[in-house]
Amino acid sequence: MMRLDAVRLWAVARKEWLQLRRDPRSMALAFLLPVLMLVLFGYAITWDIRDLRLGLVDHDGTQSSRALADAFEASGFFRIVERLEQPRDADGLLDRGQLAAVLVIPPGFARDLAAGRRAPVQLLLDGADANTATIAQSYADAIVARYSLDVVLQGRRLVLPVQPEVRIWYNPTLESRHMIVPGLIAVIMSIIAAMLTSLTIAREWERGTMEQLAATPVHRLELILGKLLPYLLIGLFDVAMTTVLGMLIFGVPLRGDVLQLAAATTLFLTGALGLGIFISAMFRSQLLAMQAAMVATYLPALILSGFIFEISGMPAVLRAVTYVVPARYFIGVTRGIFLKAAGFEALWVHGVSMIIFATVGLALATLSFRKEIAR
Amino acid sequence: MTEKNAAIEVRELTRRFGSFTAVDRVSFSVRRGEVFGFLGPNGAGKTTTIRMLTGLLRPTSGEGWVAGLEVGRQSAAIRERIGYMSQRFSLYADLTVDENIELFAGLYGVTGELLASRRRWVLAMAGIEGQGGRLAGELPLGWKQRLALGCAVLHEPPILFLDEPTSGVDPVARRAFWDLIDGLAAGGTTVLVSTHYMEEAENCHRLALMNRGRLIALDSPTALRALLDLPILEVATDDAPRAVEALKGVDGVVEAAMFGRALHVLVEDAAGGRAAVAAALAGRGRRVDAIREVPPSLEDVFVALVRREGGVVAG
Repeated sequence: MMRLDAVRLWAVARKEWLQLRRDPRSMALAFLLPVLMLVLFGYAITWDIRDLRLGLVDHDGTQSSRALADAFEASGFFRIVERLEQPRDADGLLDRGQLAAVLVIPPGFARDLAAGRRAPVQLLLDGADANTATIAQSYADAIVARYSLDVVLQGRRLVLPVQPEVRIWYNPTLESRHMIVPGLIAVIMSIIAAMLTSLTIAREWERGTMEQLAATPVHRLELILGKLLPYLLIGLFDVAMTTVLGMLIFGVPLRGDVLQLAAATTLFLTGALGLGIFISAMFRSQLLAMQAAMVATYLPALILSGFIFEISGMPAVLRAVTYVVPARYFIGVTRGIFLKAAGFEALWVHGVSMIIFATVGLALATLSFRKEIAR
Repeated sequence: MTEKNAAIEVRELTRRFGSFTAVDRVSFSVRRGEVFGFLGPNGAGKTTTIRMLTGLLRPTSGEGWVAGLEVGRQSAAIRERIGYMSQRFSLYADLTVDENIELFAGLYGVTGELLASRRRWVLAMAGIEGQGGRLAGELPLGWKQRLALGCAVLHEPPILFLDEPTSGVDPVARRAFWDLIDGLAAGGTTVLVSTHYMEEAENCHRLALMNRGRLIALDSPTALRALLDLPILEVATDDAPRAVEALKGVDGVVEAAMFGRALHVLVEDAAGGRAAVAAALAGRGRRVDAIREVPPSLEDVFVALVRREGGVVAG
């Protein structure tokens, strides 16, 4: 049967690379768009609330009350912008949205603590933005809880109260960017990969060069693989670049094995690039193919991959659909490797999905591509 | 002659697109080293036939052999033994001349020393020595087409398919291109070339006249012209389209057709026809500048053959 000819495959790959290098649009798509998307999405999508404007009413005025206020500031979630005489002063400021919350420390706070009694503090919240209020409340709870624990550990109390101890795994500072950036890399690559290759076959049909190629002995698998190779290298470079940028700009940790990430990326890209070639071969028009690639990858990768919306919270029908969204598995892999240093045992399901996706993508690309002029 | 020693052998080859028959039971045979022409208007089925023979299109029915290999079954093996140049300029405009040569050399498995010598040969043949670093898209059309021919024969194929290779280029560049074709044929390459330029067709050893998917005549240009046994008058007049109308149904006139700015009129005999044409045009108020008898051109033959079949010229 057929055997792959390295000379022919290389000739196609080299030609594709040369064309890519001379096409500013493709170069921008390959190298600029990932950075742009990473930075824009990285800053825009955040579920964190930082630097909430906090008003402070400290009726106690002791070292203990100041320590609690410092704990709020040190958390990074709150910034004390107003020191008020009494809670009533906060009304107007809260109304006008100049303050998001007010912390009221009653007189006798230090005394109660020292005596081992409950020492209540009050937090006034602007409930107009219920979401922010809820998150601010939970941050405040956590800060107060940690403060209480410090007090206990310093031996100021003899009786250990029962304290809820909330521990957040993998993302101890609860930074949503740590969740977003690895997922974002997966989403970006789903989109870029399919868009890059969606142009490649359609362009050849539009310009009439496909007819010339088709009349040479090049086998369609050589053509597909040859076209895929430069884009695969670009894709791997993009992932490396966005990973490094994610670490530098957003401080995302990379706890897992880089080689595992590279292997998973290679499989995923093969599938996604193959999908792009399939779309390109189906439409034979650059414009249509590009649009189809956007629709086929962008929305599912953004919405149905678990990137933004929890899959477990979706209706059953949508949940079923997510199983065929490749980005879902790739996000699982990137988050797993970045945040948990997850190994093969934990990721093999995703890995197998990647292998299936790569195979299906390549098969679709090869089967859809006919050397014949008319179908 | 059998399919074993013919370069190309075609029997009853047919291609339908839906209810439209693009190529209708075409049969012919091309000898090794022959320059074989397809002549006909656009839509005659020339391109479709070439695409079937090069494995770009599957025949609906009929059979064919290229270099002894079966069309539609052994496409991959056929592609190793043929060169093909499609209708549109189909090299990569965004690659340089050298890069185009290297690409097609790679696809045809031409490497190393052979590549170096073939590259020199192509650049010399196309007359573009020293232009290897230029983008192919920047070359004048005539150069592009010679480069495309060079890329199609990098692997020195025994059979070459050229689909309207000179469309759009000026007569001088066309002449230069045909010199290359003649050179290749002299070296033993079989060339199947389609064209709608009549004067180009004269260069072919044999010509297949095609109209509406049918092969209506097949012979040497000289023999084809001899098919036309009636005299032809060339008429120079002030308004050729109206003159064609005026000559319809006139006694002694078999057919009148536009020929450039003039008229070609097929008549039953030269002297009687001359009088009849002059009278008919004068009667309709047309000015007649000159009437002279001319030897039949391939276009006259083509028009007459189509009419004899009771058809019309497509395109």
